[in-house]
Amino acid sequence: MIDLPLILAGVIVFAIVMYVLLDGFDLGIGLLFPFVPDEADRDTLIGSIAPVWDGNETWLVLGGAILFAAFPTAYAVVLPAFYLPLTVMLLALVFRGVAFEFRMKATRSKALWNAAFFGGSLVATLMQGLILGAFINGIEVDGPRFAGGPFDWLTPFSVLTAVMLVAGYGLLGAAWAIWKTDGALQRQARRLAAGLMLAVMGALALTSLQTPLTHPEIAERWFGGLNLLWLSPIPLLTAFAGWRLWRSIRGEGEVGPYLWSAALFLLGFLGLAVSLWPYAIPRAFTVWEAAAPASSLTFTLVAIAFTLPLVLGYTWYAYRVFRGKVSPGAGYAAIGEPDETR
Amino acid sequence: MEASLDPLLLGRLQFAFTIGFHILFPTMTIGLAGFLVFLESRWLLTKHEASLKLYKLWSKIFALTFGMGVVSGIVMTYQLGTNFGTFSRITGPVLGPLLSIEVLTAFFVEAGFIGVMLFGWNKVKPVWHWAATVMVFLGTLNSAFWILVANSWMHTPAGAELVDGVFHVTDWGAVILNPSMPYRVAHMLVASFLTVSFVVAGVGAFYLLRDRGSVLGRQALSLGLWAALILAPTQIVLGDLHGLNTKQHQPVKVAAMEGLWEGRTEAPLVLFGLPDQEAQTNHLEVAVPGLASLILTHEWDGYVAGLDSVAPERQPPVAIVFWSFRVMVGIGLVMLGLALTGLVLRLRRRLIDSRWFLRAMTAAAPIGFIATLAGWITTEVGRQPYTVYGLITTAESVSPITGWEVAISLALFIGVYGVLGAVYLHFVRKIVLGRVPGSGIEIPAPARPTPVGRGADRARPLPAE
Repeated sequence: MIDLPLILAGVIVFAIVMYVLLDGFDLGIGLLFPFVPDEADRDTLIGSIAPVWDGNETWLVLGGAILFAAFPTAYAVVLPAFYLPLTVMLLALVFRGVAFEFRMKATRSKALWNAAFFGGSLVATLMQGLILGAFINGIEVDGPRFAGGPFDWLTPFSVLTAVMLVAGYGLLGAAWAIWKTDGALQRQARRLAAGLMLAVMGALALTSLQTPLTHPEIAERWFGGLNLLWLSPIPLLTAFAGWRLWRSIRGEGEVGPYLWSAALFLLGFLGLAVSLWPYAIPRAFTVWEAAAPASSLTFTLVAIAFTLPLVLGYTWYAYRVFRGKVSPGAGYAAIGEPDETR
Repeated sequence: MEASLDPLLLGRLQFAFTIGFHILFPTMTIGLAGFLVFLESRWLLTKHEASLKLYKLWSKIFALTFGMGVVSGIVMTYQLGTNFGTFSRITGPVLGPLLSIEVLTAFFVEAGFIGVMLFGWNKVKPVWHWAATVMVFLGTLNSAFWILVANSWMHTPAGAELVDGVFHVTDWGAVILNPSMPYRVAHMLVASFLTVSFVVAGVGAFYLLRDRGSVLGRQALSLGLWAALILAPTQIVLGDLHGLNTKQHQPVKVAAMEGLWEGRTEAPLVLFGLPDQEAQTNHLEVAVPGLASLILTHEWDGYVAGLDSVAPERQPPVAIVFWSFRVMVGIGLVMLGLALTGLVLRLRRRLIDSRWFLRAMTAAAPIGFIATLAGWITTEVGRQPYTVYGLITTAESVSPITGWEVAISLALFIGVYGVLGAVYLHFVRKIVLGRVPGSGIEIPAPARPTPVGRGADRARPLPAE
């Protein structure tokens, strides 16, 4: 018998990883805006994400939808628990999403839309970080219902994870900018990436220490028995990825910075998975306890099996069409301009 | 304090507001994507120059509208859980997979190809660009289909049973092909195309008012009116069929639409009235005897169930349903009238020169949105007090959250959406007036000077607003 809840939990984790790695870089581009004051450079940065941001954000919707389908109990607890940060995050994503398009059509109000783009990116990232930290902390439940208060998500630990995520998305954004631009803008992106990487490594180390210190069960998971021996590749590989990332940022790496940043994120996820396994809601419901009836799991999984490969295929195609360095002047100003070569 | 901020009432208001705002944009993108496919196909096949220009103009508006639809749509996916968490837990096993399929077959398709459609003119061959436009259109159709499957299931649940407070699906075929689904899908898709026909024709009429030689204006008005001529009568027939389907499965909703308090034969068609829920009657009623029976049963003496078939606390808010239904039908008839008038003028070769008609069409550009909203209000308010019809009430669906959390977020949504809606209209106006940098489309200048003291084109009213 195949373990349907386990597979679907895997699909949700995959969707979240895709979201973080992809929307992470376009949120990160927004975070870099104050450090790239030149409007032409900003247009280039926007041009590098304009064709893909919408697809990147869709992974977040997919994660939410499959959670609703396969783990309705978890969905019904998590969403009310994070009511305020989720709502603020969604509004921030709304602002930043429209700011993309409005800023290219604007003349007098351009500064306003730049601010909305940066502010929306920052607030959305902070809220995601707060939710991450609060999720690790756990959610108070009574039977299948959320039973905590409206501000349970705000703790020193969740503030730490929020700061970490801002640095992390900023790093992904800078790494993406290194990949998609050249010349002075690329050099600027390298400088930003170097600083952000140090911030990420510092925050990651702090979080990794803080998590077991404040959560005895997680400490037991990592340090009980011989566990640390088995799990030691995770911190060691993280250190290795950090070293390669640094060399690639400081050197001539074009794609390297993004790939090694992504590797850092993946290792972070792996560490998180080790800490939280096997819970859908930490220490309240396991993935099996929160799962929907088998008829819903099977149906969802069949749908995923048929469509997800196609999604990955044409997402890859869309990225391929816009491969290479982004040309200045691409982006929303150029919508529907078939005959002009640039 | 806590008692006065009722999370149920506020949650319903918030959901109604956010989904009402959201639905305007998909209504536009579904129809507009179809129009763009038509234009690009025509351009590829015949090199018809005006079609390409129209494509350029409308794809800019499409990009803005699509962006608004995406961001306001992401909100909906999560709001179901934040405000109606209990509902999500009970119905997740049915609705979750349907929404997942929507994401996989629609959102990703749209997102994957819209980049190529908007930014890929110089990156791919024309036929691949055309294919991207077609894929975006298919994405919008898939999206509409699956979300309407989910919505229809809540109106006419089938293929699932409640076990221990959670729905278990016994037959996915029955869930998807639930009784009201085909009617709702057809009615909504045609609503979308009809709405866009009037938007396109309205902008065309506006251009012709400025310059009777405008090729863009002539093309847009003509195409929009042809489409409306086919779609308006189709929509009336579909609406009638949908109504009959509703009468079979949700007779109380139909009774509210008709303002019929007592079930009877030879039921009158109430043209005007002020429904009074407390007194369970209409005031100042003007009615045509027997006509409701004829429309709903196709017999003069057919029996039509009244609101009295259920206890007063199981009735929907009658006045809202009654009036929104009349707004929808009224606009439908106006659209039919305009489309027929357009045909008559066209046959007499008076279309371009009938300025009164061009003005009427300009003013009518946004009426499809009002009709669509009114239709949704009719059907969604009409199913109260249930979320899953006859099985789960709205009161049983709400999240365990405090009223003021909902109140704060509702205020935020109203503020943010209000600003965004205004900005959206501002930029659509700029595009229509050709004031976007480098648009390369010749938009007719104002035909006559406007009164002194108001900037020549700044104060000009715009159809889309």
